[in-house]
Amino acid sequence: MSKENRFLVILTLLLALLPLSESRFYVFLGTDILIMGLFAVSLNLLLGYTGLVSFGQAAYFGVGAYTCALLMKKASLIFPISFLAAAVFGAIAALIIGFFCVQLTKIYFAMLTLAFSQIVWAIAFKWNSLTGGDTGLIGVNFPAYLDSPTRFYYFTLGVVVLSLYLLRRVVNSPFGRILTTIRENPERTVFIGINVKFFQLISFMISGFFAGIAGALFGIFNHSIFPDFIFWPQSAEVLIMSLLGGIYNFFGPLVGAAVLLYLRMQVTSFTQYWPLILGTILALILFFFPGGIVGFLKSQRIFAKWNR
Amino acid sequence: MEPMILHIEKAKKSFEGFVAVSGVSFSVKKGEICSLIGPNGAGKTTLFNLITGHIPVDEGKLAFKGIDITHMPPHRICRLGMGRSFQRTNIFPRLTVFQNIQAAVLVHRGESLNFFKPVDSLFREETGAILQRVGLKEYGDAVSGSLSYGFQKQLELGIALASDPELLLLDEPTAGMSAQETHQTIDLIGRITREKGLTLLFTEHDMEVVFSISERILVLHQGRLIAGGSPEEIRNNPDVRKVYLGEAR
Amino acid sequence: MFLFLIASGLSLIFGILRVLNFAHGSLYMVGAYLTYFFASHFIDTPGQFWWATILASLSVAIVGGFLERFFLSRLYIREELNQLLFTYALVLIISDFAKIIWGTGQLSVSRPAILKGAVPLMGQYFPEYNIFILILGPAIALLFWLILHRTRWGRLIRAAALDREMLGSLGVNVSWLFTIVFSIGAWLAGLGGALVSPIAAIVPGMDVEIIINAFIVVVIGGLGSFWGTLLGALILGQVTTFGILVLPRLSMVFIYVLMAVVLILRPWGLLGKPMQR
Repeated sequence: MSKENRFLVILTLLLALLPLSESRFYVFLGTDILIMGLFAVSLNLLLGYTGLVSFGQAAYFGVGAYTCALLMKKASLIFPISFLAAAVFGAIAALIIGFFCVQLTKIYFAMLTLAFSQIVWAIAFKWNSLTGGDTGLIGVNFPAYLDSPTRFYYFTLGVVVLSLYLLRRVVNSPFGRILTTIRENPERTVFIGINVKFFQLISFMISGFFAGIAGALFGIFNHSIFPDFIFWPQSAEVLIMSLLGGIYNFFGPLVGAAVLLYLRMQVTSFTQYWPLILGTILALILFFFPGGIVGFLKSQRIFAKWNR
Repeated sequence: MEPMILHIEKAKKSFEGFVAVSGVSFSVKKGEICSLIGPNGAGKTTLFNLITGHIPVDEGKLAFKGIDITHMPPHRICRLGMGRSFQRTNIFPRLTVFQNIQAAVLVHRGESLNFFKPVDSLFREETGAILQRVGLKEYGDAVSGSLSYGFQKQLELGIALASDPELLLLDEPTAGMSAQETHQTIDLIGRITREKGLTLLFTEHDMEVVFSISERILVLHQGRLIAGGSPEEIRNNPDVRKVYLGEAR
Repeated sequence: MFLFLIASGLSLIFGILRVLNFAHGSLYMVGAYLTYFFASHFIDTPGQFWWATILASLSVAIVGGFLERFFLSRLYIREELNQLLFTYALVLIISDFAKIIWGTGQLSVSRPAILKGAVPLMGQYFPEYNIFILILGPAIALLFWLILHRTRWGRLIRAAALDREMLGSLGVNVSWLFTIVFSIGAWLAGLGGALVSPIAAIVPGMDVEIIINAFIVVVIGGLGSFWGTLLGALILGQVTTFGILVLPRLSMVFIYVLMAVVLILRPWGLLGKPMQR
């Protein structure tokens, strides 16, 4: 088995043992990290692999959250269908939005993703009858057979591990390799025979699909959904998670999510100035650790033999 | 009548009033080695960009292998069998040399939309063969961005060849090279062209190179094709001498 | 009009430095807070408000210059994303610093004495202060346009926007030019904040509120175009008012839709120079 797959298996086993610690806190944190980790890894498909900087991934996260919860509450659809629909709707939203965004490059691309995500936010904010508007959608319960934090944790673990496995297959496939050539040199990629915009759009959709899954999980986990999920600082936060962990590595964003969420939990317990810490961390990454945590570790001698 | 692999008819392109290419018409025979020369700013790279579809013509028609490519997007033109290198080295810097070439092979073999096969093991032999042919076999695992300029240019040639083109467009393949590197590159290009029966159209500033391997030379000046013929004919052409050497004394 | 001042600073910085300064709204907020700070130290001095405004906006300019010189400039060799993210880091940091120093309550500054009154116009009373601002906006736009297009400095700045390397090799100290331009942009933001302090509440959150609107204005008008920014500010004002009248529920959506439409159809804005998408 490859090195990375081994890592994934060991990680899964360790995480599966977490609830045995009998700590509600750890189960809670664990669920949070898994969900945000998936979200960050899905974003990284666009950011680290395709080279597209999207400031609006929270839109698909939010679409997933609202879709799943609304279908369960208002349409009384069973959980499996609602859950799957969340992912599909996330992909569809990404298709529509992505279609327009891939026509642009760099800063204009980033701004259009921001504009679209703000449109989605504004709709969620204002469509009171559907989304509960500003007050949000509350009373989102665990689905019937997952009605305890521990059970939901295992469910999340299963879904996230499966999603990561699938994403990993995509990233290591010929399609994934072409994405990296697009990141490195879009002009050259055109002239090896690739319709670059089409590939970027597919990457967008896959990213939106898994962001939707993360959103659906989060909505239930949080027992409520607010337009805040889609507001742009949320997009910025998941971007920072990816950067913190390292965007040129598959598991980097997951590591980043874990570190950031843990840090936030610790910091907010004794001060309200978390944004100050977050901003400082971001600045430190940008100046001193452009490869993120994983990038930094890889460059250290101790891990050198792990690399070869 | 021998088949014309490339046929340009009255191609015209302006940029905000500046006419870069004006009424250029020529054809290239299959298997021919043809060079495009002209002073700086004559429009050579623009003409290349028109042929490969990177920019659209304002007027005129372009045909490749008998197919009208006038409004075809560049990636489709490439798939028809055209390969190209660029003036400024155009590779995939963070990928290894092997991965650079393999990417082009993947596309050529129709595997680009494969989402599940692990990519590392695909087409290793074909990729290795191309690496061998451009003299980069030992550098397969090197990160391409860290290679020297000369090797990067060789890699670029490799990427262009990996799509198994019938027509190869090379934009100043020996730019910035020492005399020795130039010799090696030209030998390499000549060998590959003959082995595979490629048609070659290239631009160059190094006249020695141009006159040593071209079968036909086209001369561009201020967007216009002012002469075309064998090396002998071009060498003795008064218009060409005027353009390059100023008024004949 | 305040939106115009901030947006023009944003546009200037993007046009010349190619940096989209997320922290511009934060500089605006700092300008407002500093105006409060200086005003409270000049109580009962004649011209209290004007002194505070001048000092506050200059301080913001200096802070901006400092940030560019010692931090932002180190990121120029990297991809644009890094600079953008650094400015976002600044948003987070500055916003919390403001909270630490001035708390989370609302603060305010009183209007300058000479502009305390109201002027009757067409049957309604318009505050003199607001009229003053209304005139000041385009006046500053005109001033900057003149500087950029009619002076040597202006030509240097515009040249730097087009080709910084070329300019550098001509012996111009481009890095100082960038610092100065950034400071000017910051000054505009600080000025905006200073001038808004008498009529709006100085609160945390005013930075985030204004930056998104500034982005929209600059996108609509054209990144790098002064008149475009003015046009954009006017359009945004109109669309928002129109939206509130016609479809109050959707007025918020309108402005973002407008931003998206402009980016899709004409990414360089209404008055910007057409360039590669």
